[in-house]
Amino acid sequence: MKDLLKIGDVELESRLFTGTGKYGSDALIPEIIKESGSQVITVALRRVDMDSAENNILDNIPKHVQLLPNTSGARNAGEAVRIARLARAAGCGNWIKIEVISDNKYLLPDGYETIRATEILVKEGFVVLPYISPDLMVARALVDAGAATVMPLGAPIGSNRGLKTRELIRILIDEIDLPIVVDAGIGTPSQACEAMEMGAAACLVNTAIAGASDPVLMARAFGQAVKAGRAAYLAGPGAVSSRGIASSPLTGFLREAD
Amino acid sequence: MSFFDKQNQYQRKELEDILRTATPLDVRQVLQKGSLREKDFLILLSSAAEPFLEQMAQKAHEITIRQFGKTILLYTPMYLSNFCTNQCSYCGFSTGNRIARKQLTLEEVEKEARAIADTGLKHILILTGDARNMASIEYLKSCIHILSRYFTSISIEIYALEAQEYRELIHAGVDALTLYQETYNPELYRELHGKGPKSDYRFRLEAPERACREKIRAVNIGALLGLDAWQTEAFMTGIHAAYLQDRFPEVEVSISLPRMRPHAGEFQPRFIVKDRNLIQILLAFRLFMPRAGITISTRESEAFRNNILRLGVTKMSAGSTTRVGGHTNSEDNTGQFEICDHRTVSEIKSFIQSHGYQPVFKDWQPILEMDSTAKENHF
Repeated sequence: MKDLLKIGDVELESRLFTGTGKYGSDALIPEIIKESGSQVITVALRRVDMDSAENNILDNIPKHVQLLPNTSGARNAGEAVRIARLARAAGCGNWIKIEVISDNKYLLPDGYETIRATEILVKEGFVVLPYISPDLMVARALVDAGAATVMPLGAPIGSNRGLKTRELIRILIDEIDLPIVVDAGIGTPSQACEAMEMGAAACLVNTAIAGASDPVLMARAFGQAVKAGRAAYLAGPGAVSSRGIASSPLTGFLREAD
Repeated sequence: MSFFDKQNQYQRKELEDILRTATPLDVRQVLQKGSLREKDFLILLSSAAEPFLEQMAQKAHEITIRQFGKTILLYTPMYLSNFCTNQCSYCGFSTGNRIARKQLTLEEVEKEARAIADTGLKHILILTGDARNMASIEYLKSCIHILSRYFTSISIEIYALEAQEYRELIHAGVDALTLYQETYNPELYRELHGKGPKSDYRFRLEAPERACREKIRAVNIGALLGLDAWQTEAFMTGIHAAYLQDRFPEVEVSISLPRMRPHAGEFQPRFIVKDRNLIQILLAFRLFMPRAGITISTRESEAFRNNILRLGVTKMSAGSTTRVGGHTNSEDNTGQFEICDHRTVSEIKSFIQSHGYQPVFKDWQPILEMDSTAKENHF
C-alpha cells in the first residue's frame, strides 16, 4: 500500500514541501522540484506579478505541483485574509499557508491572529495550512477552526538552526490529529530526516536549499533525507537506551528451560 | 520615550572614546558573537576594525544569503516637484539656488508612471521638495491614486509630516517611508538648516516613529554621509534603526547609506567618506541588524555598486533621475544632485543576473482596502 499524505482532497507521495524565495534565479525552481521530488511549493503572494510577461514567478512552477500561496507580509488576521482572497482571485487555488508575522526581528508567527485568520478562511472554503510556533493550545484551536495541517517552526525562519523546538513538536505529533508539517529552521537534510523519524507528516524547506552553494544538489539531498526519515518512522525504530544491551541476555536460560 | 530622548542618552565624547580606544582584540571578540549589542556595533565602526573588513564581509555575506537570499529589490525615484522653502546648504533644491522650478501635473505624473512601468519596475519612490503649499497632501494623494494603477509599492521621500498626514497617505496607498535625518548632530543640523520648516530637528527625528505608529509597512532612514564624522553618524543611524525595530516590530526597517554628491550650490562635504569607510558601515550594520534592509542608490558609481553586490545590500535604485519629469524628459530642469550610476533598468537587471543574483521587481502586494479603481489594477 502506498504511503500517501492526504491534505484536503489532494494525495501526495512526496513529503517534502519547498519554497520559491531567495533563489539567485527563479529558473532554478523546475530543477529543484524535479530533483527533490517535491509536490507542494509555497510562494509569497507579494512576489507574484501577474502583469509581468517575464518576471512572473508562477511561470517557473511546473503545473503538476500543488501551489501553496502564503500570506508573507501579513501583520494581522485581517491582512492575511485579504491576501488569501487576492491569491484565490489571482488563480492561485484554494490552498493557503497562513503566515502572520508582527515581529520582523525574529520573524516569529502570531498565534492568536493566525487562529482568527484560519477560522475565517476555512469558512470561505480555503484549505488552510497555518504556520505557528509549536504551541499545543494554539494547535488545538487550529484543529477546532478546521485547519488542514499544523505547521510548527523548528527554529526561526531562515536561521538554519535545526529542530530547536524538538520537544514541543514531539508533543504536537503525539496530541494533534492533523498532519504536522515542520516548517522553518531546518538547515540540513539530517535535521529534516530527524523530524520525519519523529513522526512529522512532512517538512517545508526553503532557505537551506536556496542558500546552498549547489541548490539543485541540496534539493535532491533533502528529498532523499525526508524519504529516509519517513521510512525509518514507518519501520518503527528500536527503543533507545543509554546502556549497551547484551545480545546474549543473562536470563536466556529461562527460555531454554521452558 | 521617543528616539529624541533616547539619543540624548549618548554623549558624543563617550562614543569617540570607544572608537579611539577599541583594539583588534575587541573586534575579534565582537566577530565571535552571534548577536551584537550597541557597543559591539560601535567597535565595528572603529579604525581598529578596518583590518577586519574581509572577515566582516564573509560574515555579512553569509547572514544576508540566509535572510534575504541572492536577491536585490529594484526601485526607481520619481521626482514630483522641486519647489522648496528650505535652505539646506548641501541640497540642490535649496531656495538659495536659482534653478528652474517645476511640479508635475497629474497628466505628467501618469506619463512618467507609464514610462517607468514599461521598464518592469513595481516599486516606486516619490520625492518632492519641502513646499507644502505646492506639493500638498491633497496633491500627493492625487498622484498616489494614479501611481497605484502602475505600481504595487509606493514609498514617499518628502518633507516630515504630522501623524494624521501619514495616516492619510497610508490610506491613499503609500506603504513605505524614506526619511533621512541628514545628520544626527543637533548643533550641526541647526547650522545647516537655518531657515524653513526643516529647521525643527526633533520634528524630523521623530517623523519615522510617527509613521510607524500609523502602521506604515516599512521605513528607511539614513544620514547624509559627508556632513559629519561618518563613524558617529553611522552609529546613530544604526541605533535609530534598532530603536524603530524594537519599538515597532511589525514594521520592516531599513537604512540607506547616501554619500554626498555634486549638486547646485557651493557646499562641499566636510568629511570625506572613502569607499572602504562606506563598506565598513555597510558590513557593521549588517552584523548589527541581520534582518534589516540596506539600500544603495545610484548616488554610487557603477563600479562601486557592482563590487558590493555580495556584501549585504538588499535594495538598489535603477534607471534613476533626480530631475522632475526626468523619466520622460519632458522639460529640462536641474536635478537634486548628480547621479553616478547611469545604467538603465534593463542593464542593471542583466548585471545582477550575470552575478547569480535575482533582480526582484515586485515584493509587495497592496492589502489595504482601497477604492475599486486601484484594486482592479493589482492583477
